[in-house]
Amino acid sequence: MAGEFILETRDLTKEFKGFVAVRQVNLKVRRHTIHALIGPNGAGKTTVFNLLTRFLTPSAGTILYNGRDITHAKPASVARGGMVRSFQISAVFPHLSVRENVRVALQRPLGTSFHFWRSERSLEGLHERADELIEAVGLSEFRTAIAGELPYGRKRALEIATTLALDPEMMLLDEPMAGMGGEDISRIATLIEKVAKDRTVLMVEHNLSVVAWLCNTITVLQRGEVLAEGPYEQVSKDPAVVEAYIGTGHV
Amino acid sequence: MDRGTRITFLAMVALLVAAPYVLYPVFLMKVLCFALFACAFNLLVGYVGLLSFGHAAFFGSAGYVTAYTVKMWGLPPELGILLGAVTGAALGLVIGWLAIRRQGIYFAMITLALSQIVFFYAVQAPWTGGEDGIQSVPRGHLFGVVDLQRPLGMYYTVLALFLAGFLLVYRIIHSPFGQVLKAIRENEPRTVSLGYETDRYKLLAFVLSAMLAGVAGGTKSLVFQLASLTDVQWQMSGEVVLMTLVGGLGTIFGPVVGAAVIVTMQNYLAEFGSWVTIIQGFIFVVCVLTFRRGIVGEIMGRFGPKGAAPTGGGH
Ligand SMILES: Nc1ncnc2c1ncn2[C@@H]1O[C@H](COP(=O)(O)OP(=O)(O)OP(=O)(O)O)[C@@H](O)[C@H]1O
Ligand SMILES: [Mg+2]
Repeated sequence: MAGEFILETRDLTKEFKGFVAVRQVNLKVRRHTIHALIGPNGAGKTTVFNLLTRFLTPSAGTILYNGRDITHAKPASVARGGMVRSFQISAVFPHLSVRENVRVALQRPLGTSFHFWRSERSLEGLHERADELIEAVGLSEFRTAIAGELPYGRKRALEIATTLALDPEMMLLDEPMAGMGGEDISRIATLIEKVAKDRTVLMVEHNLSVVAWLCNTITVLQRGEVLAEGPYEQVSKDPAVVEAYIGTGHV
Repeated sequence: MDRGTRITFLAMVALLVAAPYVLYPVFLMKVLCFALFACAFNLLVGYVGLLSFGHAAFFGSAGYVTAYTVKMWGLPPELGILLGAVTGAALGLVIGWLAIRRQGIYFAMITLALSQIVFFYAVQAPWTGGEDGIQSVPRGHLFGVVDLQRPLGMYYTVLALFLAGFLLVYRIIHSPFGQVLKAIRENEPRTVSLGYETDRYKLLAFVLSAMLAGVAGGTKSLVFQLASLTDVQWQMSGEVVLMTLVGGLGTIFGPVVGAAVIVTMQNYLAEFGSWVTIIQGFIFVVCVLTFRRGIVGEIMGRFGPKGAAPTGGGH
């Protein structure tokens, strides 16, 4: 399925008890690009992610993934279809080790996840791949650490390793670099750039220099509606965008 | 098993093998039945984070089925217990299927409500014997050989069943399936986002837990040669929560210690009559206030390897 757009929404709308958080959003994400979704706090970015990955049911509109209508799919089946998300708030498995965190993602394709009679030693063959992923996000020295005890920035890196473990065709990253220091940010940005070579990334990010560096296309959301869309140079000069952002002090 | 767990396990086996020469077998068998029941319950609350408040339904119903089939149909004890396990699992499938879509306290409430239906059925149905229950259940011969009428024959059968159940719980926790259960306990939305249909995993865990509760209940009805309303009423669901909490939620040995403590207490406090409940409640409050992680949980937290402390779960 090599359509130009891997993900498309048509008039995607979400209403919470009379409050419209997302209004008629038409989003088109081009295959093998990094696409940013930006906008002030409360604009509806996370809600869009929740709709796309089916953690929330749209009030109206359709979602097409690889040309297939997934508006009514189950969230787990969306993930198995190759579209995997991360969460805005840190989402590691806090009492599992770093390696076990990644292994939870790696074990699914084995097809033994319902095998309650089998020893967990049968999962040890996954350690090599897990360690590679852990190294890629710079966590090698923390391999056996308990995930909950990692500093915040490291937890975010671990989430990316866990997401990558599924080898997703499309990754949805909700503020992957929030709470990270400068060094971590450039490592993760470099990693995202690298892994995006043969997949598609849709990311929410407040750090505009990262957005300018990584992203091919930017969609600006404000109060649930698309305010502007295009490459960074164009969007950043758009008077409506400048105004929206001056109001919130982001630029 | 890691070294510490293996040594503790072997010590427990040695202790239990020798115990009937020192303590009353009937008392020990009661402890073992409740220990297995609590292990089954702990699988759900400690490792999946699902607080069931209806486990008496599985324990009690299995007791009735084992007692009835052994007494009225003349089935051998092993088949009676097997049917008890099947009853637990089947009821677990129905109750679990209905409850699992709910979260947190709603899950607990649904399990309680459904187990009350089972209780009222047990009160009404003619075959359960109402207030009298099913009495004088013959223990029979295990596989036609071992005479269960002899205290030691019965004791070692119960011990074997307990150990098998304990090891099964251990294996479940340390299996690929157990890994997914822990992931669900830790962060269910994240587990879904990795492509797991978490409801199915929770349901299988629920059925396994209910089945083991059934083994415990069926065995108990043979030990006491009695199946009665006591084992199917909501207080029994509360008691297993208490045992698990006192021993240590989410620890493999916790429920065993908790069951031993509570059963011992009930035995020695029996003379205080209805005060037992109040004393139990008091101990419960003390536990929650002073050692939140339970007896085994606190010991592991203080002396065990780093990261070995139980992780709790009920949200
Ligand atoms: N489950 C919900 N029920 C009711 N209102 C909600 C719900 N989820 C989000 N909202 C509202 O929808 C709006 C958009 O929220 P959303 O989290 O999508 O914003 P965001 O763009 O991700 O913001 P941020 O940059 O702060 O993460 C907010 O006003 C929020 O209060
Ligand atoms: Mg957000």
